[in-house]
Amino acid sequence: MIRSRLWFGPLLVAALTTALVFLTVPVLAIFLETTPAQIVRKLGEEQARDALWLSAQTTGAAMLLIVGLGTPAAYLLATRRFRGRAVVITLIELPLVLPPAVAGIALLAAVGPSGLLGRYVEDAGLQVALTTAGVVVALTFVAAPFYLRQAQAAFAAVDGTQVDAARTLGSSEAAAFARVVVPASLPGLAAGGALALGRALGEFGATLMFAGSLQGVTQTVPLAIYDDFATDFDAALALSAVLVVVSAALLLSVKFVRGADAVR
Amino acid sequence: MVPRRCIGVLAAVVVAGCGADDDDAGDLTVAAASSVQDAIRACAPDVRASFAGSDELAAQVRQGLPVDVFLAANTALPAALADDGLLDDPVAFATNALVVAVPADSGVRALTDLARPGVDLAIGAEGVPVGDYTREVLSRLPAVQERAILANVRSEEPDVKGVVGKLTQGAVDAGVVYATDVEAASGRLRAVAIDAELEPDVAYGAGVVTASERRAQAEDFVDGLTDGSCAEALRARGFGPPP
Repeated sequence: MIRSRLWFGPLLVAALTTALVFLTVPVLAIFLETTPAQIVRKLGEEQARDALWLSAQTTGAAMLLIVGLGTPAAYLLATRRFRGRAVVITLIELPLVLPPAVAGIALLAAVGPSGLLGRYVEDAGLQVALTTAGVVVALTFVAAPFYLRQAQAAFAAVDGTQVDAARTLGSSEAAAFARVVVPASLPGLAAGGALALGRALGEFGATLMFAGSLQGVTQTVPLAIYDDFATDFDAALALSAVLVVVSAALLLSVKFVRGADAVR
Repeated sequence: MVPRRCIGVLAAVVVAGCGADDDDAGDLTVAAASSVQDAIRACAPDVRASFAGSDELAAQVRQGLPVDVFLAANTALPAALADDGLLDDPVAFATNALVVAVPADSGVRALTDLARPGVDLAIGAEGVPVGDYTREVLSRLPAVQERAILANVRSEEPDVKGVVGKLTQGAVDAGVVYATDVEAASGRLRAVAIDAELEPDVAYGAGVVTASERRAQAEDFVDGLTDGSCAEALRARGFGPPP
């Protein structure tokens, strides 16, 4: 016992220290290698502003789709038992573990101009590849599973007796969903939303393959960083710093929401 | 236990690995422009090669990534690295031609057809050799045509592979690439020649990275690009002899 304690404790500390250094030094380096003046200079450039605005728009549109469609879909999965439910859950979670390059190829093969459904998409007068809409499609595809998963868990954790009480008092299922279930699962939904938002904001591979890269149309912040990397490393660092700050704010907001939930 | 040589910065271990083969002859690392990928893979299957846009690779050399040889789709990037003391005596080892690539059944017959409304285009991004050559050609056209063609651009790709990919996927109607890329697409693409007076001088440059620890081997490799199996592989794929 005593002997095992002698090495086990330090081992844990060593492992955590290594992990901490490995995971934080690269992020810190972004800020140590750039200056606030550089960030301001970069943000003054049209390319950077276009990229930030485009990222905000496309991520916002993707989040509307994800939350709008994902919330009822997750509620169904959380509250109904049906044949094939496990298969459905696995299928919609699959993009979680797909490499972005595979997501890009998959989207091209499905709705690209020469893809499986591409002809019908074109017949409908829509063009998604190489358009801003294509960016939204790519972001939605990779980010939606993060929200669906979290929302499903949040709904499953809602106290059923509260819902039953509301139903007994004459509420329809829709009314009980809106007045009881959603408020009760809000922290979980917000956490899922933040995770999906973070993933969408950082999307790179699928966007480049499916939507291409054109300033103001499909060049989101990660693509602009990649574009700058070769020609202007300092600018790439500055834009990266902005993305780190946004992502960190997202993470903190999730922690805050979860923290408030735990207190309640 | 962990071999002594592996003790050190953790990141170095992750990047370089702890293998005992680190300085074996087969470990020459070559960073090469996307457009020479087929040729280099064929003539030097044993080297560790990474293929990307020349400008990205140049940036990696600047960041000190362990590369022995740098091959670019222009001579400007190797020259700039040499000026900064990062690359030794770059040489031009091949030439290529810039062409308009279109699907085999396309109606595009000339560069100026790209100015027609509705002709979707993919070109290389600025700073990438193929993108800079493209802009050089367009700048020699009347300003109205240049603007009309640039307005048709739907994607600015980080390397020439990206342009070819968008084209073969049918996402765009035309792209500006190298003649060798069209040959490599084996019949799916057709090349539309660019008039000689507009055509840029596309020369490929290579050099030994100054910080390389395998200098002799790296020099042999560069020599082989102008005279040897790699030179033959390049000619076989449509690259011209050095200027």
